[in-house]
Formats: sequence, structure tokens, C-alpha cells
Amino acid sequence: MRPVDYIPRIRDNYARLGFKAYNWVINPDTAPWAPLRKPLSQCRLGLAASGGVYATGQVAFHYKDDTSLREIPTDVDTKELRATHFAYDLSDARSDPNVVFPIDTLRRLVRDGFLGGLSSRFHTFMGGIYSSRRVTEDLAPRLTARFLEDGVDAVLLVPV
Amino acid sequence: MTSARDITRAVNPPRAAFLDFPLGHTTGKPHAPDLQRRILVEALSSFETMTAPGSMKELPFRWSEDGEWKAKAFAEGDDRAPRHDTPQYQDEEDRRMAEQGNSTSCSICCS
Repeated sequence: MRPVDYIPRIRDNYARLGFKAYNWVINPDTAPWAPLRKPLSQCRLGLAASGGVYATGQVAFHYKDDTSLREIPTDVDTKELRATHFAYDLSDARSDPNVVFPIDTLRRLVRDGFLGGLSSRFHTFMGGIYSSRRVTEDLAPRLTARFLEDGVDAVLLVPV
Repeated sequence: MTSARDITRAVNPPRAAFLDFPLGHTTGKPHAPDLQRRILVEALSSFETMTAPGSMKELPFRWSEDGEWKAKAFAEGDDRAPRHDTPQYQDEEDRRMAEQGNSTSCSICCS
């Protein structure tokens, strides 16, 4: 069965509901390319995830164009992770955060020697920011600066 | 990673790995650590095998035999929560813990 075409489906659904049409991000230009310069088994990996994950003790995300970031220490106890979001079914993410924030999976891949290591913190935020300008001009540069500080060789992006 | 192939094709990142699962499961099924591991091994291997920007690897995993979930995904109605502009905690206990550590929470908020 072919993959879901979300763009036409969401466009039609919103039109029926009387919502304003969403401006999808379309980048026709070829993306920049940074080749990986060493094997994964020697790389330090960073992670950014948009599923609204926070750790206990942190302020939770809100649901209206929240562009803030949370940093999650990569030695966090998985039991201390929480998920909040307005636009997807949270039941599985709350039962096992690894479905949108693969912390145990990545720690295991380091133990197995598949990855060289992880940065000391991962970064989370809310998806569903309905302004691509705020993401491009505000959120993305802050996220990039953090990855540069973290000294990572590669980054895994996990949207929802 | 992506579970929305057409949206990611439009965004056109340098590398992508497509997992054909319902949204909210970008890196696997809950409580299935071996599957989660296989998914990330397949996806991360792309760092070593892809050679050109715009590549997308289709990961060889299925959510279910029949693909019935696809009929329902975003098909009709609106089941999103209201767009509250105050913190939305998973548990009330989380709110209490965050408010106790008020000084650190503020720097997180404003960062």
C-alpha cells in the first residue's frame, strides 16, 4: 500500500473545515551536502526531536507557536521523560518515549559500538509551529548554534 | 527520519530515511526495542552510503500487514487539541516540580 500523501489530504481536510490553507515549505534548490568524514563508529551523534518531549522539572511546552528548546541530558532516566503536543496521538510516546525520542535506542547503539558516542545533551522542541519564518529565522539558528557547541559529527532529526 | 514522505520531499533535506508508520512513531513501535534498533541502524547507515543531497532511503518496515491505518490518517475532522499558550504538562506533578525549580525553569523558557 502506497504511503499517505499528507499534503493533499490535509489541504482538503482543512478546506472542508473552513481553515486557512497551510503554506507548505517547498525547497526546490538542492540542499547543501556535508559528507561524513569518518565512520559512524567514530562519530559523536546529536539529536533534535520535535515531538514535545521534556524532562520532569522542566517547564512543559505550550501549544501556540512555541519555539523554545529544552535540553535533555543524554544520561537522563527514561522514566523522567514526558511528551506534550496538540497535533498527534500521544499515547504511545507517553508509554515509550523512544517512538519519537530514541534515547534508549541510541545509547544501545553506542554500547554496541555502532556509534562512537552521543553529545552530552539532546534537544527537543514543539512541532506545529505554523510560521516557517519563525522556524527559519529563530528556532533553526539557535538549534544549529547548540550543535556547534556540542561538537557533534552528525545529527539525527526526528520530526513527528 | 520521516513518516511523511511527501512533506519531506517538499522540504528536500540532504538526507532522509522514510519509515512508513503512523505519525507519532517516527523511530518505531512502543516497547519494541529490537525493532527500534533495526530501524535506526538502517536509517543511520545512510550517513555512510548516501552520496548526493536529496537522497531518501525507504526503510523496509511495515506497521501492519493490511495498512488499514492509512485510511484514517488526517482523512477528516480535526482532533487536534486547542492551541493553549500556557505550559501543557503531561501530569500535574510535573507542573509542581517545574514550579518548584522556578529559577532554572525561567532560563529554559527564555533560552
